[in-house]
Amino acid sequence: MSVLYGKPESLNDVPFTFCPGCTHGLTLKLVASVIDEMDMGDDTISVGCVGCGGYMPWFMNVDTIFSLHGRAPANATGVKRMNPDKLVFTYQGDGDLASIGTAEIIHAAHRGEKFTTIFVNNTTYGMTGGQMAPTTLIGQKTTTSPYGRDAGLCGQPLHICELLSTIDGAKYIERVAVDSPVSVRKAKKAIRKAFECQMAGAGFSLIEILSTCPTNWGMSPLESLERIRTEMIPAYPLGVFKDWEEGDK
Amino acid sequence: MKFNIIFNHEECKGCELCIPWCKFELISFDKSRLNKKGVHPAMIAHPEKCVGCGNCALMCPDAIITIEKTEEDRSQGKEG
Repeated sequence: MSVLYGKPESLNDVPFTFCPGCTHGLTLKLVASVIDEMDMGDDTISVGCVGCGGYMPWFMNVDTIFSLHGRAPANATGVKRMNPDKLVFTYQGDGDLASIGTAEIIHAAHRGEKFTTIFVNNTTYGMTGGQMAPTTLIGQKTTTSPYGRDAGLCGQPLHICELLSTIDGAKYIERVAVDSPVSVRKAKKAIRKAFECQMAGAGFSLIEILSTCPTNWGMSPLESLERIRTEMIPAYPLGVFKDWEEGDK
Repeated sequence: MKFNIIFNHEECKGCELCIPWCKFELISFDKSRLNKKGVHPAMIAHPEKCVGCGNCALMCPDAIITIEKTEEDRSQGKEG
């Protein structure tokens, strides 16, 4: 008897407290299974941050340090510099990374810090009740943009992958989605490659994951996955923005 | 059976994310019962038809689906 699919060992044996259909659980499962595959469970330090992604320490069976809102890259810098042989990653949402933590993430990439950021983009502030985030799409209704986001008033959505790919210290930048089993398998490969990039000492790596928030979007979980395909991917094209191959420095 | 499909029924939130990817449409909600969360949990109607692709387990955001390959299938695989 062999287990083909199941709960990864790097996840604690507690049920996720996310809303039904929230892809945070799926993303954490992917991260945990990559850690299992790399056999790094005892050598991983995660850095949690504020938002729904901040529940991560309760569910991940790895060492965790919790940081102030948006400041996970600053904490991860210290953790990785003191523990260069450990796998260090931050797990941040778009309200955290693309808004209050923009300075930290840009300068962590600028310094070429050798950790990985898992950036979960669901175009809204999920935990606080669905307010507009910098990544909210044009026309998207949120509690703070009840008539839809207006580009003249609030600007265009912020494209983090494109922004960070212009920085030399960032070595591997990819945007993936979790809207179907095919995409999920691609996302897992991307996370694995980012972790390998980090362990090879190349530099900063970031994986942006287009994710859902069924509760605050007012949709069913399946409709939310459809929205990723029809609305988010056209606005946030998938792909590798900065590539790294084994052997590159 | 080639594969054991184990659903942790009590932790199912009824989000439906496991259902549309099964090519054989084997997964549905068990309308005859409610779990402790008050939803009809997902179940597999004909586990003997499962080919073990793992799409349901992969997409489940709560990791309640476990797929095991049975010894029986291994021996069959060697022979066939």
